Amino acid sequence: MTSTATISTTSSVLDVERIRADFPLLQRVVNGYPLVYLDNAATSQKPTAVIRAIDDYYQMHNANVHRGVYTLSEEATEAYEGARRKVARFINARSYREVIFTRNATEAINLVAYAWGGANVGKGDEIIVTDMEHHSNFVPWQLLAQRTGATLRFIPVTPTGQLDLAVYNTLLSPRTRIVAFTGMSNVLGTITPASEIIERAHAVGARVLLDASQLVPHKGIDVQVMGADFVAFTGHKMLGPTGIGVLWGQRALLEEMPPFLGGGDMIKEVYHATSTWNELPWKFEAGTPSIAEGIGLGAAVDYLTAVGMDKIHAHERAITSYALERLNALGGITLYGPPADRRGGVVAFNVEGIHPHDLASMLDQRGVAVRAGQHCAQPLIDHLGVTATARASFYLYNRIDEVDTFVDALDAAKQVFGV
Amino acid sequence: MDAMYREHILDHSQNPRNYGTLDEPVTIRREEYNPLCGDRLTVEMRVEGDTVTAVRFHGHGCAISQAAMSMLSEAMVGKTVDEVKQLSKEDLLDMLGIPISPVRLKCALLSLKAVKAGVYGVPEWAEDEDE
Repeated sequence: MTSTATISTTSSVLDVERIRADFPLLQRVVNGYPLVYLDNAATSQKPTAVIRAIDDYYQMHNANVHRGVYTLSEEATEAYEGARRKVARFINARSYREVIFTRNATEAINLVAYAWGGANVGKGDEIIVTDMEHHSNFVPWQLLAQRTGATLRFIPVTPTGQLDLAVYNTLLSPRTRIVAFTGMSNVLGTITPASEIIERAHAVGARVLLDASQLVPHKGIDVQVMGADFVAFTGHKMLGPTGIGVLWGQRALLEEMPPFLGGGDMIKEVYHATSTWNELPWKFEAGTPSIAEGIGLGAAVDYLTAVGMDKIHAHERAITSYALERLNALGGITLYGPPADRRGGVVAFNVEGIHPHDLASMLDQRGVAVRAGQHCAQPLIDHLGVTATARASFYLYNRIDEVDTFVDALDAAKQVFGV
Repeated sequence: MDAMYREHILDHSQNPRNYGTLDEPVTIRREEYNPLCGDRLTVEMRVEGDTVTAVRFHGHGCAISQAAMSMLSEAMVGKTVDEVKQLSKEDLLDMLGIPISPVRLKCALLSLKAVKAGVYGVPEWAEDEDE
């Protein structure tokens, strides 16, 4: 099948070719075909600047942070804490003290569920999550409910893949202690009306945790404008390395909270019977942190800032619209999620008569990397009434003509299966 | 593109043999689930004396898991329970006759896992094997 593209494959708000030159991995050939990497919702590729920052740290500055008085340790501390300040500026936090480095978004959410939840949620209280959460923003709350005797409530998903705010209104009550929801679904791509959800939660006195794992890499965030109490995201989905995530929290809340993990670096004074805690953010960073990874995330933030989050979002929106258009034209495709203007660069779909795993295997034979399965969101997949879906997800370095390669490979797979 | 999806694989996955539910008496029934992809498989066997006389399976999964179960079900009928216990990963891969990447091995082996767990009557079978 040949493309009937009406959208130019070269014009973009971004200079994609120039961006691609910064990502060595995108030069790879897979199974004899140039790689088409469409699994960005799972993890992103890394630019040379990030790889070099990590390399440079280990080659030139490696030492433990916050301890040594010698030159190397000072350099390592400056680089690691410098990365924290970069992240704080990137999300417009009032202070670097509100930026806690964790291992990933999952750990950031668990930190809140344990430390804040343990102190503030009890029997008879309610926790509201949504039916479109990644397991990372679902299971920690389920565990908290089990530990405390609190009740978990769910905001359902509408047939167009959006949160049902009418039901949300009926779930909110003075018993609601926290509302935890995603800013952008990793399956449907839905960009949720976060400010509205947050305002309504605050109106009943509840706290809010926003899972911004998909939102921050693709749209950015201004935590002061957003108004959530906690925001969690991860480095590896935003051009940074694995092993580094971020919890941002309102300072007053973080000050009140007991620590999460105990150990070195998070303490001020330690005695046999008791200890006192370090200042923010280190109170929540027990043990030697992911130093190189933090520095790598700082470099990723520099890169994204230089490109511009508005441009990245506009580019992904154009690619996604085109992908939806071409998939619709192909026929035999079920698309999940909201219309293009309500979603980020994620397209979940099924091809009638082909299991998504088989589809992903066949696309891989053409060098096209897509995800197949439940996307760590079993409640949502159940809601869609399927056992699995395929998913393509885009980022700043994807060319519009990669959509053509992807859809043509889908078409070829349909021929093989005779559907 | 179709190294894995040869004609016999597509044939077995699109027209699986022994698909359905076994009428009573059912001697062994076993369900297995692959949480990574959501594939779910139930295998039912009738054993008369020492011999497997009938097999049915149902559930949903990818072409590889369905074709593997279809082929395995054909191979099992007429074998003794001890012979079924001897069926190995290599036997199943020989039946499939296609290159299976490490990632897809779980798909292919879901059927064998169900069968083995059924005939041994223990859920831990697969964990002991080097998959």
